[in-house]
Amino acid sequence: MTRTVDRFLEAQRVGVEFTTRGGSVARALDGIDLSVGRGEIVALVGESGSGKTTLARTLIGLEPPTSGEVLVDGAPMDHSLRGLRALRRRVQMVLQDAAGALNPRQTVYESVAEGVRLHRLARSTGRSETEIVAQALSDAGLRPPERLFLRYPHELSGGQRQRVLIAGALALSPELLIADEPVSSLDASIRGELLALLLRLREELGLGVLVVTHDLGLAWNIADRIAVMYLGRIVEQGSTEQVLESPRHPYTRALLSVVPEIDRLEPVVLTGEIPDPTRIPDGCRFHPRCPCLLDGSSAAAGVDGDCRSTPLEILPAAPGHLVACHLDAKLHGSTAPGAGLFTDS
Amino acid sequence: MGELLELRELTVSYRTSEGPLTAVRGVDLVVRSGEIVGVAGESGCGKSTLASTVLRLQPKDAAVTGEALVDGADVLTMGWGDLRAVRWAEASIVFQGALHSLNPVQRVFDQIAEPIRLHEPRVTTQELEQRVGQLLEQVGLPRARSRAYPHQLSGGQRQRVMIAMALACRPRLIVADEPTTALDVMVQAQILDLLQGLVRDLGLGMVLISHDLSVLADVCDRVVVMYAGRVVEVGPADELFADPLHPYARALSGAFPRIGDPAARYAPSGLGGDPPDPRWLPQGCSFAPRCPHAVDACRAEEPPLIDFGGGRAAACIRVEETR
Amino acid sequence: MSTADVPLSARQVTWRRRRLATRRGWGEFRRHRSGLVGLVVLTAFVLLALLAPLIADAEGLEASRATGGVLESPSGEFWLGTDERGRSIVTLLIWGSRISLLVGSLATLISMVIGTTMGLASGFFEGWPARVLFRITEWFLVIPFIPLAIVLASVLGRSLLNIVIVIGVTGWAGTALLIRSQTLSIKERPYLERAKVLGAGRWHQMTRHILPNVMPMVFANTTLTVALAILAETTLSFLGLGDPTRVSWGSMLENAFSVGAMTTGAWWYIVPPGVCVVLVVLSFTLVGQALEEIFNPRLRRR
Repeated sequence: MTRTVDRFLEAQRVGVEFTTRGGSVARALDGIDLSVGRGEIVALVGESGSGKTTLARTLIGLEPPTSGEVLVDGAPMDHSLRGLRALRRRVQMVLQDAAGALNPRQTVYESVAEGVRLHRLARSTGRSETEIVAQALSDAGLRPPERLFLRYPHELSGGQRQRVLIAGALALSPELLIADEPVSSLDASIRGELLALLLRLREELGLGVLVVTHDLGLAWNIADRIAVMYLGRIVEQGSTEQVLESPRHPYTRALLSVVPEIDRLEPVVLTGEIPDPTRIPDGCRFHPRCPCLLDGSSAAAGVDGDCRSTPLEILPAAPGHLVACHLDAKLHGSTAPGAGLFTDS
Repeated sequence: MGELLELRELTVSYRTSEGPLTAVRGVDLVVRSGEIVGVAGESGCGKSTLASTVLRLQPKDAAVTGEALVDGADVLTMGWGDLRAVRWAEASIVFQGALHSLNPVQRVFDQIAEPIRLHEPRVTTQELEQRVGQLLEQVGLPRARSRAYPHQLSGGQRQRVMIAMALACRPRLIVADEPTTALDVMVQAQILDLLQGLVRDLGLGMVLISHDLSVLADVCDRVVVMYAGRVVEVGPADELFADPLHPYARALSGAFPRIGDPAARYAPSGLGGDPPDPRWLPQGCSFAPRCPHAVDACRAEEPPLIDFGGGRAAACIRVEETR
Repeated sequence: MSTADVPLSARQVTWRRRRLATRRGWGEFRRHRSGLVGLVVLTAFVLLALLAPLIADAEGLEASRATGGVLESPSGEFWLGTDERGRSIVTLLIWGSRISLLVGSLATLISMVIGTTMGLASGFFEGWPARVLFRITEWFLVIPFIPLAIVLASVLGRSLLNIVIVIGVTGWAGTALLIRSQTLSIKERPYLERAKVLGAGRWHQMTRHILPNVMPMVFANTTLTVALAILAETTLSFLGLGDPTRVSWGSMLENAFSVGAMTTGAWWYIVPPGVCVVLVVLSFTLVGQALEEIFNPRLRRR
């Protein structure tokens, strides 16, 4: 397989299965192809239950995939202790809950220095620990950093906590940052500043970012590309403009239509919620809630049978606007999207 | 007439170990039946204190001045008997965090039935089952869900149960405090649809509290923007969102970009700094330290709400220059 | 950013933080009146024990040199009377406090080390090793203390060290259970996941995140356990399983009982050691409760 430079972290047919207490198997991830390049900002969008957080955890090695694999810079991810340790220096993650992700008994300094100590960076880079910590804090927009050294998490505002977490990750000078809902717990007026910070880090440090979010506005603000997840699969992906300005999957269209600021779309409020991953529907996994199947447009195009019974191909991690939808394939002339493009893995 | 709720100069302060904290400072607010009034603001701006004070649910040590009239009667001064009647039957509240507000060991039926039993002791079991069934259908849940325990429900379903509880005694006013926070966009849209429908069909009045101005702009008639315990802007929802007068309201409205707007692409807009600690409010306009347009006059004196006509008002002396 | 701008080194940062934390902890402790009273009483007893050689002559412990009569009642010379060998009760009490406190602290140290290790391990690890450790803990929890202690003491023989071991080895299960439940709850906190993401192994997670967060509980629990250990020492000595060559409050009670101080009305031989035990146990408990309240925010009243 040819390896291109812009695929720093790549998921290949990644699946994650859990056995629930009842003994049934939940497929949280059911074949994911996704790549994030250096210096690229990719938004992974979906509702809770879509598997987006599980994917993020799999990409950083917290969750071993039960099928498929994750490639780091072209090489399969090494899940041994030493392999994961090496990975952590290159890929970092900022967890969702900024309030809980900082040890309440550690000062800001200790929290940021933790990774530096774990990887003995002071020795390997020849810079002092204090210097690295101060640099990371000011990179994360906390200036002057010394003033925060002795603060405890409970003495910080939500925005500051989130920045401390980002600083802790930046202290390791990673190449890619995975941010799980980086602003969902923050006040509206702080939000813009944090997103601007992610953009600035990309600009100044060449940091790639995978943002996991349910917020399409956030994606519009910062992302180069978007992947929309539904029930353990990516159902649509493409550049931010393609996906948000001319969405093709009915699920993406529904998601966009309920964003309050968008007046040009007639709101399509889907009924019900994402089904349980132990019972993934046959055919297209979205068909029980699909508005196109409901209003007869699928039937008019003659694909309603396929929607209910023919499974869709996994979307490959290829450039361009890709959609996993029978109706879209019919209307746009291409047969099953992505078929045959990506069979070796 | 038809004023279900009227707050006049409402001020709420707490005593803390580090001195007095005034959470709400002189708020005026009117809600009529068939109307949704939004209250926007960030955590700590006093919006939740405002919500609880409407039903006198504020902590005991809080000092409250001003008036909170529910259907013309002042909740703050009435006796316990009247207050009980007002709570639930006149006005009820939907709190944020439906997971923690429901009793985990009680079935949905008992939780919805509880306020009815309390207020109408003579109600029969059959009637009760009928009523609870109706309420569940009203909030879009099948009747059979009344046998479920909270943990068997999804987040959206729990929030629906909370709304059914609030509706149980047929109140005329509902205060919803962040009813869709922590819910997914699609479920949020479902709940907002439900609330709008209830207001329309039952002629309720509703106070909808949220940090998300775009949500309020979508479902409210009027919106009040609060900052550091004060109202800084009032106006019709869509106008306020599309063309905010106060720089803070402008920042809130800009925080949620219009998708497709080229100006917001790679340009998230936000404010620097954090909201002020309500114990140490800055001199003059409390927003001045974060305001990009602040001048010396702003720091000298707290600006009053200035009327701009058309039901719009803003507490900013530089609206004309910055608009 | 250059190093010159950085006024603090990593070590200075740590030191300052410790000082701040200590000051804050003490500030909170001072607000607990009962805890303060306990601390004062305790300090008095500890001083008494430490200064025993200066306050009361050790010769007063030897029956051959006793100057008083048999079971003399309190007088100007003997404030609390004498025992059956004519020794001053005051002297016995002062020297007895040494043994009681020493046995109490050493036994607690043993049971804290075992309890904390067992609790941490059985809470942090998963699978069968954790289950085995937990079963052992439960087993020790349900064994009746007195019979086990009697068996152990008679097997090991009657000496001070053995009594310490007996109490320490039998008393750790409660601590282990407490630490285990704390560990289980801390293990689920997001900051442990963050540590994993940063590249932390198990040892780092245990020592840097879980241990510091359970330590305050261990500390508070220690003071409560000391109280129990002192009671246990008293009990064992009373049952005649203590070190026969040394005076402790428990052995005083045993002697008083065996010479029939009860029936002869020699209250001065029974009441003072009893009161001392109660005072020390009570003040340890008060201090422990105050500490628990400071360290465990859930118990704190708002």
